[in-house]
Amino acid sequence: MPPATGGGLAESELRPRRGRCGPQAARAAGRDVAAEAVARSPKRPAWGSRRFEAVGWWALLALVTLLSFATRFHRLDEPPHICWDETHFGKMGSYYINRTFFFDVHPPLGKMLIGLAGYLSGYDGTFLFQKPGDKYEHHSYMGMRGFCAFLGSWLVPFAYLTVLDLSKSLSAALLTAALLTFDTGCLTLSQYILLDPILMFFIMAAMLSMVKYNSCADRPFSAPWWFWLSLTGVSLAGALGVKFVGLFIILQVGLNTIADLWYLFGDLSLSLVTVGKHLTARVLCLIVLPLALYTATFAVHFMVLSKSGPGDGFFSSAFQARLSGNNLHNASIPEHLAYGSVITVKNLRMAIGYLHSHRHLYPEGIGARQQQVTTYLHKDYNNLWIIKKHNTNSDPLDPSFPVEFVRHGDIIRLEHKETSRNLHSHYHEAPMTRKHYQVTGYGINGTGDSNDFWRIEVVNRKFGNRIKVLRSRIRFIHLVTGCVLGSSGKVLPKWGWEQLEVTCTPYLKETLNSIWNVEDHINPKLPNISLDVLQPSFPEILLESHMVMIRGNSGLKPKDNEFTSKPWHWPINYQGLRFSGVNDTDFRVYLLGNPVVWWLNLLSIALYLLSGSIIAVAMQRGARLPAEVAGLSQVLLRGGGQVLLGWTLHYFPFFLMGRVLYFHHYFPAMLFSSMLTGILWDTLLRLCAWGLASWPLARGIHVAGILSLLLGTAYSFYLFHPLAYGMVGPLAQDPQSPMAGLRWLDSWDF
Amino acid sequence: MWGFLKRPVVVTADINLSLVALTGMGLLSRLWRLTYPRAVVFDEVYYGQYISFYMKQIFFLDDSGPPFGHMVLALGGYLGGFDGNFLWNRIGAEYSSNVPVWSLRLLPALAGALSVPMAYQIVLELHFSHCAAMGAALLMLIENALITQSRLMLLESVLIFFNLLAVLSYLKFFNCQKHSPFSLSWWFWLTLTGVACSCAVGIKYMGVFTYVLVLGVAAVHAWHLLGDQTLSNVCVFCHLLARAVALLVIPVVLYLLFFYVHLILVFRSGPHDQIMSSAFQASLEGGLARITQGQPLEVAFGSQVTLRNVFGKPVPCWLHSHQDTYPMIYENGRGSSHQQQVTCYPFKDVNNWWIVKDPRRHQLVVSSPPRPVRHGDMVQLVHGMTTRSLNTHDVAAPLSPHSQEVSCYIDYNISMPAQNLWRLEIVNRGSDTDVWKTILSEVRFVHVNTSAVLKLSGAHLPDWGYRQLEIVGEKLSRGYHGSTVWNVEEHRYGASQEQRERERELHSPAQVDVSRNLSFMARFSELQWRMLALRSDDSEHKYSSSPLEWVTLDTNIAYWLHPRTSAQIHLLGNIVIWVSGSLALAIYALLSLWYLLRRRRNVHDLPQDAWLRWVLAGALCAGGWAVNYLPFFLMEKTLFLYHYLPALTFQILLLPVVLQHISDHLCRSQLQRSIFSALVVAWYSSACHVSNTLRPLTYGDKSLSPHELKALRWKDSWDILIRKH
Repeated sequence: MPPATGGGLAESELRPRRGRCGPQAARAAGRDVAAEAVARSPKRPAWGSRRFEAVGWWALLALVTLLSFATRFHRLDEPPHICWDETHFGKMGSYYINRTFFFDVHPPLGKMLIGLAGYLSGYDGTFLFQKPGDKYEHHSYMGMRGFCAFLGSWLVPFAYLTVLDLSKSLSAALLTAALLTFDTGCLTLSQYILLDPILMFFIMAAMLSMVKYNSCADRPFSAPWWFWLSLTGVSLAGALGVKFVGLFIILQVGLNTIADLWYLFGDLSLSLVTVGKHLTARVLCLIVLPLALYTATFAVHFMVLSKSGPGDGFFSSAFQARLSGNNLHNASIPEHLAYGSVITVKNLRMAIGYLHSHRHLYPEGIGARQQQVTTYLHKDYNNLWIIKKHNTNSDPLDPSFPVEFVRHGDIIRLEHKETSRNLHSHYHEAPMTRKHYQVTGYGINGTGDSNDFWRIEVVNRKFGNRIKVLRSRIRFIHLVTGCVLGSSGKVLPKWGWEQLEVTCTPYLKETLNSIWNVEDHINPKLPNISLDVLQPSFPEILLESHMVMIRGNSGLKPKDNEFTSKPWHWPINYQGLRFSGVNDTDFRVYLLGNPVVWWLNLLSIALYLLSGSIIAVAMQRGARLPAEVAGLSQVLLRGGGQVLLGWTLHYFPFFLMGRVLYFHHYFPAMLFSSMLTGILWDTLLRLCAWGLASWPLARGIHVAGILSLLLGTAYSFYLFHPLAYGMVGPLAQDPQSPMAGLRWLDSWDF
Repeated sequence: MWGFLKRPVVVTADINLSLVALTGMGLLSRLWRLTYPRAVVFDEVYYGQYISFYMKQIFFLDDSGPPFGHMVLALGGYLGGFDGNFLWNRIGAEYSSNVPVWSLRLLPALAGALSVPMAYQIVLELHFSHCAAMGAALLMLIENALITQSRLMLLESVLIFFNLLAVLSYLKFFNCQKHSPFSLSWWFWLTLTGVACSCAVGIKYMGVFTYVLVLGVAAVHAWHLLGDQTLSNVCVFCHLLARAVALLVIPVVLYLLFFYVHLILVFRSGPHDQIMSSAFQASLEGGLARITQGQPLEVAFGSQVTLRNVFGKPVPCWLHSHQDTYPMIYENGRGSSHQQQVTCYPFKDVNNWWIVKDPRRHQLVVSSPPRPVRHGDMVQLVHGMTTRSLNTHDVAAPLSPHSQEVSCYIDYNISMPAQNLWRLEIVNRGSDTDVWKTILSEVRFVHVNTSAVLKLSGAHLPDWGYRQLEIVGEKLSRGYHGSTVWNVEEHRYGASQEQRERERELHSPAQVDVSRNLSFMARFSELQWRMLALRSDDSEHKYSSSPLEWVTLDTNIAYWLHPRTSAQIHLLGNIVIWVSGSLALAIYALLSLWYLLRRRRNVHDLPQDAWLRWVLAGALCAGGWAVNYLPFFLMEKTLFLYHYLPALTFQILLLPVVLQHISDHLCRSQLQRSIFSALVVAWYSSACHVSNTLRPLTYGDKSLSPHELKALRWKDSWDILIRKH
């Protein structure tokens, strides 16, 4: 390490060797640590009762798993009505069973699994999942809840094994397992039909397999090495396939892999060919494999959902042609636009919808008091427009006239079919976007004024060409003001039925907001052609559905005067989420972390940062640490560091997000933070014990500390368990309530 | 002591003539015909209004940046004796004779001119050759976009100046560190780093990026220092402490100082008062202060008050009621209670007055001595003009059907009893027995029967409600939210028993004189918070652009067009410099990656000191480009080409560094080196040529024919204005 100047910015040779020296580090970390490390790997000959320790190790794991399953499955059927977001995800499960197409902002894997679980457990997809509080009655819902609880139960053993591997200490692992088992929040979140248990299952699985594969680093290309490496890839695909939050764990695994490769690359005993092999293996297992699986989930998704459903309008016309039941499916319509055709016009920007008008007027004070023009995502007869010549009002469908095609550059008029008003614009400001002009419906029975004239243009085509249905990208240019018809994508207030604003924009920049295509086309005088040529290829569908999802996600904006959850609320457990029930007569479930666990976690992060920096500075100053302390510091810095990185990656990005946030977004980060707590307290207690000379006493301190933490957590769970398993009776202010005296913060409302 | 008797006093001065020449050329290019055009150019229209506010000492709120930037511009106006009387309403408007255009534009121009010699110094301090340093400075000198931006009353050139100053002084400090730590110059440069950083942040929030970069580099260097075991622990501690004070404490203090001066300068009330809280407004001279002066502090039973919503979105407003009732049936078929409307009204009105009544007594006047209202007390709020009391009940609100309707109770004798008891909660109370104070207390009204909270929903009522804002009783109120919190703004002790008399009393303004002062920190935090929270509509602009268009200079901004001829000013860069800057950056990144990989395999291509120089230059220049450019991809506000200029300066600094590196280390023979030098000279002359060609658009001094203008439109996306005759 060159000791100077800017050089260090780019170097990371400071980074100690890791992974392959795992067992050695553990041996240095004190006698009992070493014993446990030995217990872990039965191959290694050890003093004393090796078999007994192995049995004990398995027994503990079994105990932890059992306890986790028991708590998660206890009273799983209560309450027998829809809780919170079950109304969404249960409904989406039903959509898979009924094979109707829908739109959601999350990737499909989670909902597909829920649907599969429901299907296998005999749920027939007939329950409507209308709103929280609806009774399930005879419908079978336990299969779906059971599946979520099953995945949620694995979190605890996964965390246990991860911590065991990182710290080589049974007590740290036990502590972590206890924190997670006894956390009411994790428990509640695992008991319902939600995406979160599935997401967290995959996140923890990825973390565990990454850690396992790191500790196989001394046996590269062996069977377990390949197994854990590919399992990491599979879990990553799973995590990303459930929610985009899975990107954070991908980032973590990515950083870990880069560090790992950098280390291997600097090992001069390895030839470049070997390093190349390492690189290829990781590319295969961590990039190619997850991508293939992720794409496969989408392929299954599109294959299963083959019927038209509520999500059609979010997608482009070409996409809709795939869905049976959609009027574009197997449809045959006239190819070229002609005067007199009845058409629907769809915006090319995803999730904007069709040009729409209805009999309601713009309210007083908002531009001219004329008929509203909006965009609307759903199919509706009010989306129909008739394309007419600007100067005659004669019926072009009169059989005595010859067919005349609309050409690029023509001056046209668009008449709303239902109300016979013309698409119109003028120098009034638009309702939401003040710098644009208002667009209205104007005129009586098609007679209006010159402000109804639009020039139709095909983007990037020559003048005089015909206009093709679905395939031509067209713009409407207002003749008088020279502005372009577009949609700003802003939601109109109540008076506009919360449809989207349509404006005429004077800025002639070419954006998708102002480009349209013709979707439905009815003209009895023209021959129909089949639309099969339009079938989009799979990569196109994949890309489009991602665009729609991303837009949907960023469209979930909080409103000004509403209470919203802020990321800084979360670690301090400031406020929970009502899953079910409000009044004292209801069966209430309240998603709230066990405050003892959460506040301990918060304290641990602060303590970790403090102790971590003290150790790092001491090492940088060249202090000579005794072997045991050095071993423990390595555990703290490396193991703890990995977990802390996980917490950081799963928490801080939320501060940058503009969308609506909820309390449950914190739970993946909370898993990492609990693991950190386990590692930290175990290490600190060991360090503390080491400081106090004689070792029976030291051991005593360590055991007593861990035990008191375990018992404290368990007791707090005993206090707070009604939050998760359900409360009836008076609210917590009432001294009669089961939760009396437990409302430690005013902001909790149970 | 008497040495000067024995030896003559000799003063030797080292004058770097190239530095002097560079400064001279910089001044010439930036100051030449500075008053031309004598008209408002582009964003001058925006900054100008704030200068006028400073000149008239009127309070304003601007979300575009901290006040230091505006103050720098205002200083120019102050020096030129500007009286602030100019209507900044449109681009292109001719300046009247009272506007000292020269001195207003002087400070940005000086900052722009001084950036040229600073670029020279920075490259020298990075230990690159005199030739490379000259190259960097000459590129800065001829960069058209930088010239345009610094010749106008805009802030980017000042920001760039402080960015460069921060980097330069850190480098000077770092070079001092090696041979003479804790010397006078060491302290000087260290402090100057902190000062320059906070000035940069004070000009525009964008300055934070450079500050973070300097902090980061300083942190890495401090970490190396920590590992230097030849130093004692005490010595290391002193080093760290000095850095912490200079780079963390001084900037914070200075930043607060900017606000302190700002608040001292603008002390009169003005057009932006409404956005601020009542307490803040009362601290300004005129405006609300004139009304609230002499109000009694403690609200008592019988007090007459106006209640302002603390959140104040979508507009600041006061709790209001009037004779009209809710319509029997709404448009969508739901029914109402048909009782008197309660709304939130954004204007001062006599109908905004409410009387705080003790539910146990009948009188509507303040008893003597007054009985103050405390946290937790039960109150009724009686509307002053109609004497009906504030009521809420289990009827859906007009626009927010999940909340309760709030009305002023009318007894229709239809078994719908009055529910007009409210419990007062003081949100910012010190103790549970606190008294309700005018302006200072933020209170919530919790309905006793239903525990609903009085809330501003933010929705506008339809015509029957005169488009005033809807007030609801929120049942599921969770935690603190400004929309449920109110404060008393105007207040007096009611004295009239009779309704007629009371109405007269309500119409007359209250007056006695006591001033109420808010501490500086309270004012600072409120102002800062409002500045950050103020979200102007994401307005489109004809010349807005996306960050991707900047690197390749795909966009320009037309700043000004001569009213008659086709002389015009554009923000348009020197395309040769922009492209080669990006190229240099790519070369730097690729070369660094190559070197890093090779070093990892223990192949050292560069000698150690050359490698360290290369890394430090990259960290500061390429890093400076990255931190000043990449964050824009995450921003949702409207972006313009000039946002790229700070990043561009760092790219310009990197260019000669990469060129010298190629010549020194990659050209193997003398021949190659000569060819390379020739190429560099050719490239530089082409840059000069481009700069000269674009000069009419930079200075706007020459009217070009339509043909010539068309010839200048090298990219289709450039918007050059051509008059149609």
